[in-house]
Amino acid sequence: MQNVSIIGVGQTRVGERWDRSLRELGGEAVTAALRDAGVERPGALFVGNMLGGVLCKQQNLGALMAEYAGFPGIEAAVVEAACASGGAAFRAAYLAVAAGVCDVAVALGVEKMTDLAIDGVTAGLATAADADYESAQGATFTALNALLMRAYLERHGLARGSLAPFVQAAHHNAVSNPNAMFRYEVDEARYLASPMVADPAGVLDASPVCDGAAAVVLCRGGANGANSGRAIRVLGSGAATDSVGLATRGDPLWFGAVEDSARQAFAQAGLGPHRVDFFELHDAFTIVSALSLEASGFCAAGQGTDFARDEGIQLDGELPISTQGGLKARGHPVGASGLYQIVEAVRQLRGEAGESQVPGCGVGMTQSIGGLATAAYTHILGV
Amino acid sequence: MELPRYHRLRSSYYRLEGWRCLQCKAVSVHPTSRCASCGADALTTFELSGRGELISWTRIRQPARGFDGGAGLLLGLVALDEGCRVTAQLTDVEPGAARTGMPLEMVTRRLRAGRSEGLIVYGYKFRPRLLS
Repeated sequence: MQNVSIIGVGQTRVGERWDRSLRELGGEAVTAALRDAGVERPGALFVGNMLGGVLCKQQNLGALMAEYAGFPGIEAAVVEAACASGGAAFRAAYLAVAAGVCDVAVALGVEKMTDLAIDGVTAGLATAADADYESAQGATFTALNALLMRAYLERHGLARGSLAPFVQAAHHNAVSNPNAMFRYEVDEARYLASPMVADPAGVLDASPVCDGAAAVVLCRGGANGANSGRAIRVLGSGAATDSVGLATRGDPLWFGAVEDSARQAFAQAGLGPHRVDFFELHDAFTIVSALSLEASGFCAAGQGTDFARDEGIQLDGELPISTQGGLKARGHPVGASGLYQIVEAVRQLRGEAGESQVPGCGVGMTQSIGGLATAAYTHILGV
Repeated sequence: MELPRYHRLRSSYYRLEGWRCLQCKAVSVHPTSRCASCGADALTTFELSGRGELISWTRIRQPARGFDGGAGLLLGLVALDEGCRVTAQLTDVEPGAARTGMPLEMVTRRLRAGRSEGLIVYGYKFRPRLLS
């Protein structure tokens, strides 16, 4: 395996982008990333996208995006792992470069969700669950997370407000991010008052439906020429899966795929959770944040909310999370989120995160989760 | 739901047939070609009792297309007496009466508000157990 570095990043503003098409969003992110890297033409393009076929009636996004971005002819394909599609696309690009198959690869995450009414989007997202045994029963993704949330709060004797710190931290960090969807603060009272989507999960437990695209350029070795000072190294990459059906899990409140992918990434990087300076976690729902901290090894089972309150997940805390708003407040264009995490981690490690900068950070971790933690991709990046 | 798919699922939806490992006897509602517990590839179908208890539940206020909104659809995670779990709609539950741990039994009901691909889809739901 060759060493691999990230030499360019690009992203679009996240939101209800009725002004932009799927391909325009993707093209904007790829072009920005290549310009940032000083690269004209990559050797391959891996596209993270979950719902192009369902919501936009558009598959074959690899070739479409390669052509639109201006380099028809290169290897290009979609990598799909539900909401972890972005993390999966990044890993595919990483592996292609690490294996020596190509010198420079681009990983793009792109999603266009807001052209449809919400019930259509809800049905689309539910395709990540088991179609015959969960979606057929009317299970939505918020509902499945609500089942986890109630079980977690009841098992550990916690109030719903114990999850508020995850929302507060993410929203605070989004205020200074010009690409974020929700640039306003949310306090515990507002979180608790948000209307129910699927009890006990309210609107502010969930990340928003939105559009966006983010892309990174990876190259072999350190970096070339002008970019050498800004290259960020990929120290570790891990991937794992768990059963798709919530009903077939051993313990529904333990994210086995998260545990396995994090362990792989830590082992490859040769470091442990205590060395991580910030964590771009998959805060699609508040309960996922708590369970991810636990399964990744930052705290014990049942301690996720205590960790958030006592150790601190704000920018000056023990483990800053969602430093530019996370899925919760920057927004969760599902197949793109895994790449937004990488882009944001690179900006942190370069020292370009502005008001959200984690001072002196040297190691960052990203984690992209698909389904109900049925797929997990953990990456550790360093200067 | 497409007709051939519905037809394939009829033994699960109508009778709550699950899968049992011939080697270690582990059971599952979801199909698998290898036992999740012991890895054996010899499994057989069998009819579950349809009795169990509620592990967790939610009231869906924002349903997916094709599922009734109204007062909200109740969805539960149910632990069956045989030792496996199933995700299913709850029915015949009085408002505010859903409780973790409540005994349940399977009934056959209409799963969706309208038709799906021209079909009225029936399947298992769970209601509070009438007789202990």
